[in-house]
Amino acid sequence: MRHFEQELEKLKAKLLEMSALVESAIYRSVQGVVEKSEDLAQQVLRNEARVNQLEIEIDDMAISLLALQAPLAIDLRLITAAIKINNDLERMGDLSASIAQSALALMREPVIRPMIDIPHIAGLAQSMVRKALDAFVNRDAEMARSVLASDDAVDNMRTASFHELMSFMEKNPQQIPQALWLLSVIRNLERIADHATNIAEDVLFMVKGIDVRHHNEERTAVNQ
Amino acid sequence: MLVATQGQPVLNPAASLPAQAPAPKTQPASKLIARNINFHYGSFQALHDISLEIPTHRITAFIGPSGCGKSTFLRTMNRMNETLRNTHVDGELLLDGENLLTLDVTDVRRRVGMVFQKSNPFAKTIFDNVAYGLRVNGIRKKSIIDEAVERSLTHAALWSEVKDKLQKPASALSGGQQQRLCIARALAVEPEVLLLDEPCSALDPIATLKIEELLFQLKEMTTIVIVTHNMQQAARLADRTGFFLLGRLIELDDTRRIFQNPGKKETEDYVTGRFG
Repeated sequence: MRHFEQELEKLKAKLLEMSALVESAIYRSVQGVVEKSEDLAQQVLRNEARVNQLEIEIDDMAISLLALQAPLAIDLRLITAAIKINNDLERMGDLSASIAQSALALMREPVIRPMIDIPHIAGLAQSMVRKALDAFVNRDAEMARSVLASDDAVDNMRTASFHELMSFMEKNPQQIPQALWLLSVIRNLERIADHATNIAEDVLFMVKGIDVRHHNEERTAVNQ
Repeated sequence: MLVATQGQPVLNPAASLPAQAPAPKTQPASKLIARNINFHYGSFQALHDISLEIPTHRITAFIGPSGCGKSTFLRTMNRMNETLRNTHVDGELLLDGENLLTLDVTDVRRRVGMVFQKSNPFAKTIFDNVAYGLRVNGIRKKSIIDEAVERSLTHAALWSEVKDKLQKPASALSGGQQQRLCIARALAVEPEVLLLDEPCSALDPIATLKIEELLFQLKEMTTIVIVTHNMQQAARLADRTGFFLLGRLIELDDTRRIFQNPGKKETEDYVTGRFG
């Protein structure tokens, strides 16, 4: 393997290390809310610094490769996609930390029954993250497309939950604080799903050289 | 055509346009068109069935590994290969629609100039190097030659550096200056096409940058075809890039596409260094 390819492999490995951390942060933060686990929520907050550190290291590696190796074609697309995916992962890490904060706040409050649709939304958002990252690792355009298809479902679930929580608050004004924390959790899960969608779009660019952002499906290929 | 006549405003401009008018194509005309060019050195076939178009006032770059045929094809375009024995070319090379393979060779070389890898100034003064082509073409009048020499040196971005030493030998110039002198010499006869075979391979980065900037300017005046081993140079310079491999043209497309998202696996392997 050439030196450059070894460096690319290192970049990918670093990105996978970060994605594993972020996936676990999302999982733990959601479990923190659903199971009222203070331990899991605290783990998320403790690991956030490592995610931030990895973001800096990955950007540094990617920019060095751009500057020193002048990559072209698939290599260029891989590195630019890595920079953007890195950014999305770091944001997902932040959002998980927010969810963990909500989990800690909700510990002190009595449970709202039923726990709206949080496990459901969280399950879908996590599966989008998993698929987007698998699509990146396996350069799988079909899997990336399947992530894009799920984004609307998450948006619809969020809207439905918002309505449900609003009517809950009208009926139970004494439980507005819990409802607001749950609202924030749902909002953050929906944002995580948005970042998973961004990653899937970056994977499509990397694999096929096509830009599908902002529903721009008609723009098929670079320069065509 | 939409014309709003006085007192009669066009109420619905869209109504007078054909539905879904096609976007106007801004593709420039082709200066050179190659059709089914085959070239043999003796029994060795160096070019296989090359067909392509070179757009006018654009820079087209040819890339590919050594021996892929890109320089052979370039030399075919001003019939330089005919100076070699035992070679054979067939097919058509249309320069503004005329097959240059059947035109008068002196005329072809005046219209299609060439600059080589190694700068090759004549053992003459700077002035006489640039004036050479004009004199060969029968121009004797001093004022015309003076004017053409200054213009060519200016276009080659060399005038300010040599204007006070035009009678010095060309060999006194630096490598980068000599290469620009060769470009000035080629420009003096106002070629319609300028072919450059690895023009920067012996130059340092600063001299290379000067030549590249110069070529950007020159494409306003002429059509440029450059062969280069330096892919970044092709990426920086060219509007269109063609990839040659084993005597065949694998792909010719917009430069951005060749380097971001090439259509052919062979091109991708070559530009990413996974070739061979």
